Amino acid sequence: MKISVYRYNPDVDQKPRMQTYEVRPVQGMMLRDALLEIKQQDESFAFRHSCGEGVCGSDGVNVNGKNCLACITPIAELSEPITVRPFPGRPVIRDLVVDMTLFYEQYRAVKPYLIRTDSLPEREIAQSPEDRDQLDGLYECILCGCCSTACPSFWWNPEKFLGPAALLQAWRFLADTRDQATDERLDALDGPYKLFRCHTIMNCVEVCPKGLNPTRAIGRIKDLMLEKGL
Amino acid sequence: MSIPTRHFDALIIGAGGAGLNAALQLAGAETSVAVVSKVFPTRSHTVAAQGGVNAALANVLPDNWHWHMFDTVKGSDYLGDQDAIEFMCREAIPTVYELEHAGVPFSRLDNGKIYQRAFGGQSQDFGGDQAARTCAAADRTGHAILHTLYQQNIRAKTHFFDEYFALDLVRDKEGTICGALVLEIETGEPLLIEAKATLLATGGCGQVFRTTSNAHINTGDGCAMTLRAGIPLMDMEFYQFHPTGIAGKGLLITEGVRGEGGFLVNQDGERFMERYAPRAKDLASRDVVARSIVTEVKEGRGAGEHADYVLLKLDHLGADVIDKRLPGIRESSRIFAGADPVREPIPVFPTAHYQMGGIPTDRFGRVVMPARYGSEEVIAGLYAAGECACASVHGANRLGGNSLLDILVFGRLAGKDIIDYVRANPHRRETDPASLEQAMARLTRWEYTGDGVPAHQLKAEFRKCMEDHAGVFRTEEVMAEGYGKLCELRERFKDARLADQSKVFNTARIEALELENLIDVGLAIAVSALNRKESRGAHSRPDYPLRDDVNWMKHSLYYRDGDRMDYKPVRTKPLTVESFPPKERVY
Repeated sequence: MKISVYRYNPDVDQKPRMQTYEVRPVQGMMLRDALLEIKQQDESFAFRHSCGEGVCGSDGVNVNGKNCLACITPIAELSEPITVRPFPGRPVIRDLVVDMTLFYEQYRAVKPYLIRTDSLPEREIAQSPEDRDQLDGLYECILCGCCSTACPSFWWNPEKFLGPAALLQAWRFLADTRDQATDERLDALDGPYKLFRCHTIMNCVEVCPKGLNPTRAIGRIKDLMLEKGL
Repeated sequence: MSIPTRHFDALIIGAGGAGLNAALQLAGAETSVAVVSKVFPTRSHTVAAQGGVNAALANVLPDNWHWHMFDTVKGSDYLGDQDAIEFMCREAIPTVYELEHAGVPFSRLDNGKIYQRAFGGQSQDFGGDQAARTCAAADRTGHAILHTLYQQNIRAKTHFFDEYFALDLVRDKEGTICGALVLEIETGEPLLIEAKATLLATGGCGQVFRTTSNAHINTGDGCAMTLRAGIPLMDMEFYQFHPTGIAGKGLLITEGVRGEGGFLVNQDGERFMERYAPRAKDLASRDVVARSIVTEVKEGRGAGEHADYVLLKLDHLGADVIDKRLPGIRESSRIFAGADPVREPIPVFPTAHYQMGGIPTDRFGRVVMPARYGSEEVIAGLYAAGECACASVHGANRLGGNSLLDILVFGRLAGKDIIDYVRANPHRRETDPASLEQAMARLTRWEYTGDGVPAHQLKAEFRKCMEDHAGVFRTEEVMAEGYGKLCELRERFKDARLADQSKVFNTARIEALELENLIDVGLAIAVSALNRKESRGAHSRPDYPLRDDVNWMKHSLYYRDGDRMDYKPVRTKPLTVESFPPKERVY
């Protein structure tokens, strides 16, 4: 099968180009396996990857126009010709490797850590199974960036809108019964951009390789703001 | 040589659980700390740990740290150091509470306490009934812990060098280690990081084997740096093959599946572990279960078209339990084995998983080696923690759930010890230009072009060789042949070349540097294994089928220079309790 990949090395290339490679498909082949096969043929081809099982979040790419994790995307499910590009909207460092600095800054901006003002017990802080269930669908985020780099609001206002990944984590801590910084967190998200630039286009939901739903989380934050505002 | 230089009190190489927990202690103590990681921290392989972390919280069944200690000593096949094991099992309890306070989303019991599941090799009352000691966040415990530790480091404002690759340790004129030369992957530029203390937390080396549960990044970098610094690696022959990797792929299927009630069957549907471990059955120690699976397949009772795997059955648990407790497994099995475990069994076979050995340390994370006054002299300013280190708490075989525990306990302790060390040794040390030049040579060597074999071609050959010659069962003949091939590969590697000479994000160059590390660590495994003439824990020799406590109850030390072996005694005296003397190990 033919796979066309985006190539750009600032050391040698004036501008980006697409390059096509011939890869022999095998049973159960994932896109990452195909990219590794290309790297065997051409060691100058660069992409990030590590765990190979969809938990480290390194190998997010754009395939046939849709963001995905290469290691859990079966080649058999992709229609030919297969075209692999870097995430849209991010500066390209080389080939499929993009600069994710802004994405990480947005994550850090939502204070993605438990804040507790009460003194800590000697044992665990108790939490009922039902309360713990509220974190399912949130804590599993692997920070791959598929969602935020597929979001038109993020493309247009990357400096101001926090993007679906960061907002999912904002809700992960708001939803945690152990966290005691609800007001502070909501105040920090106020204003026309950080949260409210989400126009529920739902690209994030469509592309999330872990089946998470940032749009719903954003809706929950808005609901909670309204509730607190009243 | 003019290389940009940065100064810190402490340098941590590796941002998995051990590195991040150490960093957290240091950042909290107003010590300046740099964390160097070749990947963004949450990509570190701690993220892939599934089943959980052991601590005798007694939330589900009666438990106490002393029983945990007994199981760990027995699991280690009496090669673990009992002072370090006692310490780890005691510390487990406050460590898990601290993690929970930091935000780890542990699964919960109806009474609001942390959920604990049964795991292999666990018992109540020193070898009695099965215990439930493994604290879990569904089957994504490593992910939950790694992300929480990174998040807490954000709060603590730890200084990260993300996507920097450590080339080698550097020394001052007196020979004291004073930091490391690192490479910024994005620009391809070297950077010297000088520090008063350096912690190696670089994780495992599973990439030495062709079929492994380990990530692409697990290339034994810290272990190889240690070897090049003239420091030996300890007990490297003890490499764990996890019983249940997805057949043909190597991806991990957690022991938690069996902990929740799943079991293994052969082609006849027979629950064969009943024959090998009548009491513990599927929850015997990992070395025992892995050997049983390989034996079933060797004797023709494997399942599938080629009878080359066995089946892990869990459909009887029901969709509710599977979705609640093992959701990640269901997802992985569907994607990679094409089998939905709610309806059909998962095809499994042992996969290279964990190095019990590593950089020799004491229980404070300080690197130790034989010197003038004894076999365990502290090397000033150098620390190691996590899978790359050997304290030794796992001995010849690690228990499931003790790996996350090891990285957390010893990462934290190393961090605390570094704080004291830096206070007592506040003066900056300057790198000896000769040492820096030596470290730079690792990089500049790849600038030679011309004739030679492409580096990446040697990698597949090397990994196949390790799999064929240092696997689950090892005989003199097979290992000696393997050692010969490895020596030849080491020679050929000297002529390895890179076609890609560009600087920006040159992953071919990083992989070549990693391969050099892999070969060094692979040889440590092969030579240590060839020399140990007994069967103990994960090191199983059909030609020496019994454990030999008279001649071999001792730790191996492998030196890179001349492939030399040395040995040192096991520390059998615990800190406060009676020693557990070696006994026959049955499950």
